[in-house]
Amino acid sequence: MIDCDLHNEVPSVQALFPYLPTHWIEHIENTRFKGPIDTYYPPSAPVTARPDCRLPDGRPAGSSLERLRAHVLDPLGIEYGILNCTYAIDSLHNPDQAVALAQAVNDWQVAEWLEAEPRLRASLVVPVQIPALAAQEIDRMGDHPGFVQVLLPARAEHPYGSRLYHPLWEAIARHDLVAGIHFGGAPGNPPTATGWPSFYFEEYAGMAQVFASQVASLVVEGVFELYPTLRVALIESGFTWLPTHMWRCDKEWHNLRRLVPWVKRPPSEYMRAHIRLTIQPLDAPPDVRQLLEVVEQLGSDEMLMYASDYPHQHEADPRERFLRHLPETVTRKIESENARAFYNWEKSMRGGEIRVGTRGGGT
Amino acid sequence: MAIPQVDVTRKTPTGRGIIDCDVHNELDSDRDLYPYLSRRWRDHIDAYGIRYYTGSFYPRFMDHRADAWPPSGRRAGSEVAFARDHFLNRYDIACAILNPLTPVGRQPNLELDAALATAVNDWQIAEWLDVEPRLRASMVIPYEDPPRAVEEIKRRGADKRFVQVLFLGRPHEPMGRRKYWPIYEACSTYGLHVASHAFFSAGNPITGAGHASYYIEDHIGPPQAMQANITSMVAEGVFEHFPTLNVVSVENGFGWVPALMWRLDGSWKLLRGEVPHLKRPPSEHIREHLYLSTQPMEEPPRSKPRYFEQLLEHYGYTDRLMFASDYPHWDGDSPEHAVPAYLSDEVKRRIFFENARALYRFT
Repeated sequence: MIDCDLHNEVPSVQALFPYLPTHWIEHIENTRFKGPIDTYYPPSAPVTARPDCRLPDGRPAGSSLERLRAHVLDPLGIEYGILNCTYAIDSLHNPDQAVALAQAVNDWQVAEWLEAEPRLRASLVVPVQIPALAAQEIDRMGDHPGFVQVLLPARAEHPYGSRLYHPLWEAIARHDLVAGIHFGGAPGNPPTATGWPSFYFEEYAGMAQVFASQVASLVVEGVFELYPTLRVALIESGFTWLPTHMWRCDKEWHNLRRLVPWVKRPPSEYMRAHIRLTIQPLDAPPDVRQLLEVVEQLGSDEMLMYASDYPHQHEADPRERFLRHLPETVTRKIESENARAFYNWEKSMRGGEIRVGTRGGGT
Repeated sequence: MAIPQVDVTRKTPTGRGIIDCDVHNELDSDRDLYPYLSRRWRDHIDAYGIRYYTGSFYPRFMDHRADAWPPSGRRAGSEVAFARDHFLNRYDIACAILNPLTPVGRQPNLELDAALATAVNDWQIAEWLDVEPRLRASMVIPYEDPPRAVEEIKRRGADKRFVQVLFLGRPHEPMGRRKYWPIYEACSTYGLHVASHAFFSAGNPITGAGHASYYIEDHIGPPQAMQANITSMVAEGVFEHFPTLNVVSVENGFGWVPALMWRLDGSWKLLRGEVPHLKRPPSEHIREHLYLSTQPMEEPPRSKPRYFEQLLEHYGYTDRLMFASDYPHWDGDSPEHAVPAYLSDEVKRRIFFENARALYRFT
């Protein structure tokens, strides 16, 4: 099995000190800054941790490699698992600070997760709010064999198809990485087209609409025409909203394609070719037959990938509610083959020596 | 898309005429409102113009249907006599609901917004409702200034030709927020529904991920905004407080409804501790209180008509869908082609007539 969404939590900003320049250590100590903790996972909310994942010593769930092994990697027989660290680098408006902390998180991931556990791969955390700086971080670390993906929070200052992000997409394509658009994000602008909702419940459920906007943006801006090898994973997005979104986007393209002539094919074709989605949360109807109909409506059995989303908790276990109702061949695709074909699992080092743990280095 | 020429003797799909839930009465220019504005506001507009939340405008793909422009040279949709001959008579429209898309709801100057709302409603009465008995109208209100909106509802609420109040698709805050509750209270008192018509912006980027680039994204976006609005109304408990209130979603599509209900119900099971006032699954409130107009429909690939039947079945009910033409806009639906031909006569009769008749209590 391949698990496309595991979370490694930064236990505290102090855990990054071995990987931070002294300037930023002093800054954090002077300001008592707790780190970019504008998280999309309120610490004690039901979504943030399965009850059995909470750690007794006060560290956040998901910050223990031993627990991850015991809870997921060993019992499920995981061959590869992808770490998605949701540290809110995107919430930092100070660009130097964002770069320093992103570098520190990635060096921490290498030293404390990837080098310690060969089954793990990871997503690069980048200062996505300044695409040129994000590209620099991808160039610094993108050829490390442990990094298979660049993490992009679903909420952003601008939709990811925007030309502002071309340096980012070029870097992702240059290093043949997957772009993983993940639930969450803290860019400062509202999470809906109609302003700020009151409740986390709304932000949580409403993230599907943010994903829909991102998918539309990537297609209509022609990102997949510009970077034909690009692969985009939607993580913790749900997927049952996608078929009717495909229909809508195809219809709009038929009517309005003269506005975006670089979009050569119906949007749903780009989506099937370039986009994959993880299956947790499931967002399933009560009737499994209807769920299977929605899956058929996707028009491809290569789009879905298994994810436990450890240690987060959602309403349903996708193995129980979904996978066991599928033919064996399709289950195998979702559990491993689709992700196997999508990611670069056994990268060779291309970019020469990787610099890790640059304490005291430049800002 | 242009409505094709048809034989006027042809029977309508329902055999009883059609109720059209979205016809647009348009201003040829803002000066059409001058007879209904005080000197103070005429002078203001002469000097400063009508300003909007600037920076959120996406020029339309094309202007109104070419065949809908009156011989007088005035704007399509701005002459009741022409619309009557060109549309109402030709398609045996038993009743059409006017949705005036005007500067109201988009004025940073809230006092001007209120003055414009009063003027638009007076214009609707004098130049549309008094002239053509088949017309009903949405009352425009300055909804970003609820006390003034309530004044307007009180002023015109007894006129039964106003069947609902009109929100544009992306108000400044999600529609369930407490700010708007005095409006819902007044609507409940006067038996008015609340309509939300797609598009526009009251100061927020048009996606939950920032400003999109193209009009096609503006045109793909209404389902996302409407989902945020109905999620907000459910989450805040609007329907628990105002049990007779109904929401009419206009030009927002409806293919997204099943997946939204599944996601909301799952999220509610997980996170109901945050919204303890919400006693029932969100989908039950949506089923009871949300009505949707058909145009523009999310349509599956032509080779897969059964996907549409599946969508209706996932939706679970056909008594909430109501035909809308969007006349005279470029992207409108013809009554001849608005719904798939293979739907049963009974379902068509409901969509074209019965559902709206029941909602608006027409006899």
